Parts: sequence; structure tokens; C-alpha cells
Amino acid sequence: MSEEPILRADNLSLTFGQKKVLDQISLDIQPRQIITLIGPNGCGKSTLTKVLLGLVRPDSGKIIRSRQLRIGYMPQNLPLDQRMPLNVDEFLRLTRRSTRAAVDHWLERLNITSLKDQSVHDLSGGEWQRVLLARALLVEPELLVLDEPVQGVDVQGQLELYQLIPQLRDELGCAVLMISHDLHLVMSATDEVICLNGHVCCSGHPETVSADPAYLELFGRRLDDGIAYYTHHHDHEHCDHDHSSPHTNAGHHHD
Amino acid sequence: MIDGLQTWWLMPLVAGLLLAVSAGPLGSFVVWRRMAFFGDTLAHGALLGITFGVLTDLDPTLALVVGSASLALILLPLQLASRLSADTLLGIVSHGTLAIGLVALSLADGIRVDLMGYLFGDLLAINEGHVYWLLGSTAITLTLVLCFWNSLLAVTVSPELARIEGRPVLLLDLMLILLLAMTVALAMKVVGILLISALLIMPPAAAHALSKGPRQMAAIASVVGIVSVLLGMWASFRWDTPAGPSIVVTAMLLFVVSLTFRRKR
Repeated sequence: MSEEPILRADNLSLTFGQKKVLDQISLDIQPRQIITLIGPNGCGKSTLTKVLLGLVRPDSGKIIRSRQLRIGYMPQNLPLDQRMPLNVDEFLRLTRRSTRAAVDHWLERLNITSLKDQSVHDLSGGEWQRVLLARALLVEPELLVLDEPVQGVDVQGQLELYQLIPQLRDELGCAVLMISHDLHLVMSATDEVICLNGHVCCSGHPETVSADPAYLELFGRRLDDGIAYYTHHHDHEHCDHDHSSPHTNAGHHHD
Repeated sequence: MIDGLQTWWLMPLVAGLLLAVSAGPLGSFVVWRRMAFFGDTLAHGALLGITFGVLTDLDPTLALVVGSASLALILLPLQLASRLSADTLLGIVSHGTLAIGLVALSLADGIRVDLMGYLFGDLLAINEGHVYWLLGSTAITLTLVLCFWNSLLAVTVSPELARIEGRPVLLLDLMLILLLAMTVALAMKVVGILLISALLIMPPAAAHALSKGPRQMAAIASVVGIVSVLLGMWASFRWDTPAGPSIVVTAMLLFVVSLTFRRKR
């Protein structure tokens, strides 16, 4: 029996000027599920995220959320005005309904208690990312949305963060939607991958997707110069669902 | 004799101080949100409010506040629109309204208006009525800003996160802009249309170097504003210079002094 999805996107389309950014995208997010959106730059990942968050209205299609769904969002980047003196603690206290105890708890949990009194303008990319994650967690989210940072975070820092995700999911019991341009960084952390390039190219279990011709078409050429695939048991096992099928988990059943 | 002396400087002084107090936090938001130009536009548009007041026989201060607030409502979508285009558009609206205001005022038949007074302020012409208006607006501004401080700050830091967390972003924007419109309209008599933004921006800019947090910055900005008004008015009496510009010059000097503090830290 499949549970009710906490968020269902149905046939989302969005056009900016002449460019079709989102083309009939449908997806379900189940409770406690970790989903990763991957795709090359400009494939519509961030736009789709904004639509799912309700920040951008799609031209057509609809989004059904469970009632009062609490979403925690870690943005790609959050440029702050230099002229506002603000320390990490004050920044986190701006989270709606946050409490002193909750702020201290997440500072501790993410190992950034030492940053508490530091100015938000003096943080490194990795530190700032953790602060933004803490802000997202303070919402006590049922859905945690993590956008990949655009700058200033090294691969090591990213890996550490992604290792944390399944733990956080278990602690909070929340679903997670991650956005990445690199499947291999997030592979071990994710339950399901949706490969995006305007439309949904393929989706399913990470190992399945990494062998999908549509995925290889998008990413394969970048990888064949010596970087091995993580697991390669199912040689070129194709996605077993119709690519025009609106629901991305069609090839991936939740029984 | 002494009584007479007291009354002529007391009202302008109180008006200036009240304005400085509310301009501290409001100006800080203007600085943080990069709304300086917006404040300018509101001030320029206020001239239209005067014409409106002259033509309708409404209480001039009320006409001014209503005119300024309507303009703010019209401009709100502009402010929220993309930054780049908003810049040009605000420029057009800003200088357009100033010009229209000047033209309309000259056409309003048979009424002599002291244009210099509106452009550069006429602090000494301030009467008890103005002071009551400023008292009311300062009380409203301080109450609302204090009550909604966290929300206003959250929306300023990141409207996106604030919206996702479920804060009423549009209402908060609206509130801030209307408070700003009211303050700008009432500041006109004190420093004049052309210098209103200066009074909003300079004290927070000076406060920035001295403060460790946003709350502190807003409070120090009010103090800097108060000092500017006191010193500016004193200088104005001492050397017989126009009061509004004297206050702004003082604020600017305080800003320059604050820069040396920044060096030291």
C-alpha cells in the first residue's frame, strides 16, 4: 500500500519567453522519501524547485500538498546585504516560530555552535551552507528541500553534507528533495532519482537511472574519461517505464 | 520675552527630534532593502500631494499623507518587480512626479506657494499642528516596527525564506512602505523634498560602523538622527543657515566621523 504523497505535482509546464523551461512534469513525494533531482545546468531544476515551493506559479498543471505542509528550504545561495550587521544566532532566530532551545539544538547537531556569534558576512561557503541548513531544519519540516550550493563549497564538504541527509531524515521523519548536478555525489543518500532536462528524462532507483540511456545521453560523455560509475551490476538496464508517463515513480513502485 | 523665545524654537525642535526618532529604524530598513530611490520617489511625489491639497481645500498635511500613501501603493508593484527595470522605471516616475508636481503647482491659480520651503524644508514655519501629526506618526511607526520587528527583519533578509515559512510577506511590505510614505510626507516641512532621503539614509549609514546587530543599528541611527537635528539646528541659529540643509550636513559629518570607527575595528 502506497501512502498518500505529501506533495504531488501534476503536469507542470512553464515557459519563459520562448523557452519551455518545464515541460509536463509530474512527480510524487512520499513521506520519508529522499528524492534527488538531477540534470545539467539550465535544465530547470531550480525553477522546478521554486514552483514546488510555491514561489513561482506554473503556466499549467497543479501542485497538491498535504494540509499545512511544513517545508524547510536550503537555498542555493542567499546573498545578504553587507550593511545589515547580523550574526549567525540572530539570523537563525529569524526563522518563524523558532525557539532558543531549537536554535541551540541544531547549532550543536550540525557542529556549528562555534559560529553562533560570528557575523554571517564572515562565513566560508561551507559554513554558510550549514547555517542555511540549520535554518531549514528549524522549521521542523515535513519536507526538506536542499538546493545545491552554486559556489564556495568543496566536494568534500558536499559529501559530508549528503552523508548527513539520511540521518536527518530519520531524526525528523521528513521527506527530502535534493537538487544536484552530480548523481554520484548524492547516489548513496537517495532513494529515488529524477533526471530532468526540461522534461523528466528518466527516473527511478539511483543505480537504475545511472545506467539509463537517457541519463547517459545527458551525462555519460562527461564521465567516460576514467571516472568509474559507482556500481555497474545492471549493465545498461533501461528504465522500464514509458518516458512520456506523467508519474515519475511509474517505474519504481512503493508497495 | 523669554516665553516668546521659547515658543519659536520649541515646535521646530520637537518636530525635528520626533522625525529623527522614527527615521532611525525606517531608514535602516531603507538601507537594508536598497530602497533609497524609492524614498526619493515618494518625496518627489509628495509635491503632487500638496497640489492636491491646495486644489481640494483638504487639510494640507492630510492631503500630503494621503497623496504620498497613494503613490506608495501605486509604486509597490514596481518595488517588487525585478530590480534592474525597477531602477529605470523608478527614475522616470521619480523625476516625472517631481516635474508634474512643479508644473501643477504653478498652474494652481491664485495661490502663492513657498516652493523653496517645500524643496528644502521650512522648519521654522512648523506649528503645533505639525507636531501633533509627527507625534502620531512616530508613535504608530515605533509601535508597529517594534511589534513586527522579527517579521520585518525576516522579510528583509530573505523574502523567499520568509514566504516559505509562512510569513505574510506582502502585508509586511505594505506596512513598511506605508509607514515610509507617512514619514516622508511629514518630513517634508522639516528637511524638504530634496533632502528627505538624506535624513533616512545617513543616520543608519553612520550607525552601521558602530553596531553589532540590526536592532542596535536602528537604535543608534535614531540617536545619530537626534544629534544631527540638535547640532544642525544649533548651527542654523548660530550662523543663520537654512535649518533642513544644516541638519543634513551634520548627519553627513557624523557619517564621515563614523568611517574612522570602522577603520579601527
